[in-house]
Amino acid sequence: MATEPPRAPVPTAVTAPPPAAGAERRRLEVASLSAYYGSAEIVRGVSITFRDREVTAIIGPSGCGKSTLLRCLNRMHETVPTAHVAGSVSLDGRDIYAKGVNAIEVRRHIGMVFQRPTPFPTMSIRDNVAAGLQILGRDKPSRAETDHIVEDALRRTALWDEVSNRLKDSAIGLSGGQQQRLCIARALATRPAVLLLDEPTASLDPISTQKVEELVYELRRDMTVVIVTHNMQQAARVSDRTAFMLMGELVEIAATNTLFTTPSDSRTEAYITGRFG
Amino acid sequence: MVSEAARPVVTTRPDDTGLGARIDGSAIGDSIYRWMTTAFALGIPILLLFIAIEIGAAAWPALKAFGFGFLTSSDWDPPHNIFGAAPAIYGTIVSSFIALLIATPLALGVAIFLSEFAPSWLRQPVAFLVDLLAAIPSVVYGLWGIFVLQPLLRDHVMPLLSAIPLLGQTPLFEGPAYGPSMLSAGLILAIMVLPFISAVSREVLMAVPRSQREAALALGATKWEMISDAVVPYARSGIIGGIILGLGRALGETMAVTMLIGNVHKISASLLAPGYTMASLIANEFAEATGDLHLSALMAVGAVLFVVTLIVNGLARWLVWRVSREGQS
Repeated sequence: MATEPPRAPVPTAVTAPPPAAGAERRRLEVASLSAYYGSAEIVRGVSITFRDREVTAIIGPSGCGKSTLLRCLNRMHETVPTAHVAGSVSLDGRDIYAKGVNAIEVRRHIGMVFQRPTPFPTMSIRDNVAAGLQILGRDKPSRAETDHIVEDALRRTALWDEVSNRLKDSAIGLSGGQQQRLCIARALATRPAVLLLDEPTASLDPISTQKVEELVYELRRDMTVVIVTHNMQQAARVSDRTAFMLMGELVEIAATNTLFTTPSDSRTEAYITGRFG
Repeated sequence: MVSEAARPVVTTRPDDTGLGARIDGSAIGDSIYRWMTTAFALGIPILLLFIAIEIGAAAWPALKAFGFGFLTSSDWDPPHNIFGAAPAIYGTIVSSFIALLIATPLALGVAIFLSEFAPSWLRQPVAFLVDLLAAIPSVVYGLWGIFVLQPLLRDHVMPLLSAIPLLGQTPLFEGPAYGPSMLSAGLILAIMVLPFISAVSREVLMAVPRSQREAALALGATKWEMISDAVVPYARSGIIGGIILGLGRALGETMAVTMLIGNVHKISASLLAPGYTMASLIANEFAEATGDLHLSALMAVGAVLFVVTLIVNGLARWLVWRVSREGQS
């Protein structure tokens, strides 16, 4: 557990990350988190840890609260009227729901990609990738830097070869799969510490799905990835650890291999063997 | 219960009372419906064509007598049968331009407030009140303009405009402040077109999908950045459509403008000076026009207003087309 560091007046201690606990570093820690729409409790007291440089998949039947849990991790949940949250989510030991924490800043460090591709239709391909950089205000990179970051993000999402000769064209001209990879590139351009993916391949064809999955597999080298999926094969292919949710509760979380071969909870076993859901 | 005897009738003789007959029947209904709607749809362009021909024929004597000079000359002298419509054309375009210049930012502000910021208990009443502005008869606007707006402009606003350093010295705000002026006509038009622009903009802003808003928020955008970078650009072709609607209204508005613009057949650079518009000119003189050439000249003004409206609308449509194509190609 990350404990409150002593409040010594050491300037460097403010920016230094907390010490890694053991081999795996705990990047995002969720403690007894409940999420509500009005009075309906969608997520019920979930505690879960997402480790650095790992892909964690969250699986479960429709309506089990997995997407809502994901949306609590970068404070997107609260943008819906009547939605609210209880409990805590800590990014490197700092509770993102604490008083004085700016949700805008949180989202700049925890990127998100949605179920359907959401390119900005009036922007070019380049401007779409740079969109997150353009709203950084004073920290906005220069034009040349931006071009560099855009190219880097497009290369990482394997889009560069497909779009490098039409960066000025509208993003609407891309295929669905390309649009989704563009959205991932857009999220990567701001160099987030954590990337949240909400069923990113739900609206894509098998080949595009494969490309996105390969990309997710690669991303673990530099960041924490949390992917919500209703596709168990996908969870098995891309993740290091898998969490199973049911009716708003976290049933179990384990190494992906373990969860799919020898689950410890009978409900998990029932779900992965296809007896419900 | 289905009787066994009924079955063979349906299956063996499809052209009698079975499925075959029913397929034929629905096809006839479809084609009647198609021809009817086609006729209605064609009626509009045919009507427009008739109006254009009628106005064109009536305007022809005046256009033939003065030629291109009808558009460029400022002489309007019915007793001597000399007609030039330039001040009215100028006045129509300038007053509409002033109206849009003032109304567009205001209407957009109202629309953004109502669609993005207003709590739901406030949204409906305010939207209703703004929409209500469109329902007020224009003669009421005219009266309000004469008794409230014009004195206010004359006594307080116009002296202030003339006193602005540099800008006040330009021809734009030159001369004495009478009251009846291009400025007061433009202002009253701005109030009249505002609800049109605002209502259309509000609708298109509210139609921007939640996914676009969330995409911007997830990138770390503030609410304002979300609105300016994602929501408004997404809605921009619809917003331009609303501005065109307002422009159409401003170009043709007659009563309120006639009451406020001063009806002086002269082009003045100053916005404080009175002017004329094409619609006001027709409204003022048509009842008293006796000479054939005078009548024909008024019809020619009508024809020019018709053409100016078509051109301005065409330009605006082209703008919308270009903007929306930019976002898709």
